[in-house]
Amino acid sequence: MSMEQVLKGTGSKYKYYNTSKKINIRPLNKVSLIMNATLISLAVLTVYGFMTFDYKNISIVEALAQTFYNLRIMFFEPHLKYFTLGEAFYQLAVTLGLAFLTTIIGAVISVFLGLFSAENLSSRKVSHIIKNFVAVIRAVPTVLWVLIFAVAAGLGSVAAVIGMTFHSVGYLVKAYSESFEEIDHGVIEALKASGANWWQIVFQAVIPSSITYMLSWTFMRFEINFAVAVAMGAVAGAGGLGFELFMASGHYFDLREVGMITYFILITAFVLEAISTKLKLRLKESV
Amino acid sequence: MDKDIKDIFVKRRWNKIFFFSVLAAFTIGSIIVTNFDLTRGFASFFKAVMWSVTNFYPDAEAMKRLPDILIKLRETILLAVASTTLAAVAAFAFALLGSNTTKVNNFFSLVSRGVASVSRNIPDAVWAMILLFSFGQSALTGYFALFFVTFGFLCRTFTETIDEVSGSSVEALQATGADYFHIVSHAVIPSSLPQMLSWILYMIETNIRSATLIGMLTGTGIGFSFGIFYKTMNYSAASLVVIVVVVAILIIESMSNYVRRVIL
Repeated sequence: MSMEQVLKGTGSKYKYYNTSKKINIRPLNKVSLIMNATLISLAVLTVYGFMTFDYKNISIVEALAQTFYNLRIMFFEPHLKYFTLGEAFYQLAVTLGLAFLTTIIGAVISVFLGLFSAENLSSRKVSHIIKNFVAVIRAVPTVLWVLIFAVAAGLGSVAAVIGMTFHSVGYLVKAYSESFEEIDHGVIEALKASGANWWQIVFQAVIPSSITYMLSWTFMRFEINFAVAVAMGAVAGAGGLGFELFMASGHYFDLREVGMITYFILITAFVLEAISTKLKLRLKESV
Repeated sequence: MDKDIKDIFVKRRWNKIFFFSVLAAFTIGSIIVTNFDLTRGFASFFKAVMWSVTNFYPDAEAMKRLPDILIKLRETILLAVASTTLAAVAAFAFALLGSNTTKVNNFFSLVSRGVASVSRNIPDAVWAMILLFSFGQSALTGYFALFFVTFGFLCRTFTETIDEVSGSSVEALQATGADYFHIVSHAVIPSSLPQMLSWILYMIETNIRSATLIGMLTGTGIGFSFGIFYKTMNYSAASLVVIVVVVAILIIESMSNYVRRVIL
């Protein structure tokens, strides 16, 4: 007896639909369509990339083996030849100093821009203008900012700090304004009703309630800026460990010294990451 | 009771003063150690703005170089995409081993977390300088420099994602007696893929910028073009490079924002 007959026999008013077709449990909706399209295009671009790269006749296997050999020399036989341990610590301080100055200046500028770009604290129009402006600033790679400023200021710490500040501002304004926008609207309204002016609202409600977020984001930026400062030392003559690394790698070809400098950078980065993780954990607990 | 309230405010004020004086001390220390000159900083900021307005824009001569620049840009974008995708695949495998929800045993978890941590905490510029010894000035130097940092970063975010998103569904499948591979393919991947894809897109954006920097060290891609124009003081061509990079990044950013809006 077919299903149709059964339904007729019971006098069911429901029409029988042929369900022998496989039921589609994952319909091709927009979400899965876009997701698959993204994954496929990334895969295609990857294959296309590998086909077009300029390999300069380097055998990957050989070079990888060489890399592991080099890494072993670097990390197991590090030494300092062209400068002393004391100087190494001084250069580390220079790199940290560049990162710190950039973060502080960037944070101060970003607090103000972030306030004006938070939609609940400023007008929609102003917020849009600042957000788009900041997106453009963020799109320029940091090294290009530094080199552009180096034309006017000369290569050195001034150009490096100003150039690095641009990208920090682009990053922090986005982070700050998003955390300002998450503030409970009632708090702002209550203060407004009590006659508080804009600055009072900002300093009594907005900043105190988002200060933990801001600290966590700012420290994360400091962590990033440390890596950026190393790179700027190498590429844009900003000094510090990056410059020593560039000399050891590009001029003296001294793997062991590269290893020592890498240790300095790696250990500092570990410490910064540990602090940053701790800040984030504290943030999660407080929420 | 009055006294308690007062004490809290006094304490808060002292905390604030302490915090800001530490910041001030660090700032002054950094200014001294880096030889940073604040007044020169301000002066050169305005000087640089004036200079860019008068010199830093593409002219007709620079526009002739646009096709070459676009070819270099394609190389840089492909480098960023190719290194991110393969790094994501490797990172997913390591994240499975490292995550508390899906780890096989504690030893592998510790090893995979350690490898990821070392590889992300060495900055990409440093990787590039290390790899220059063995790969020379080929595209692969930049490729592996980006690969290692991306791998390390995505390992951390993927691990967090897996722990956050798929905890309950993994437990449900474990209760039905599903084996490890079924759990991964039917619980972990479906629940965490949107979030992971969002991180991959973020890393591609970041890597295009990083690839520009690394290109200057390794002599490849758009960074190399900028370096040459910059050193030969062909500023109008250099400005064209900047504009092209900005437009490319903004387009890619809006595309990935669209994808994020749909899938998340």
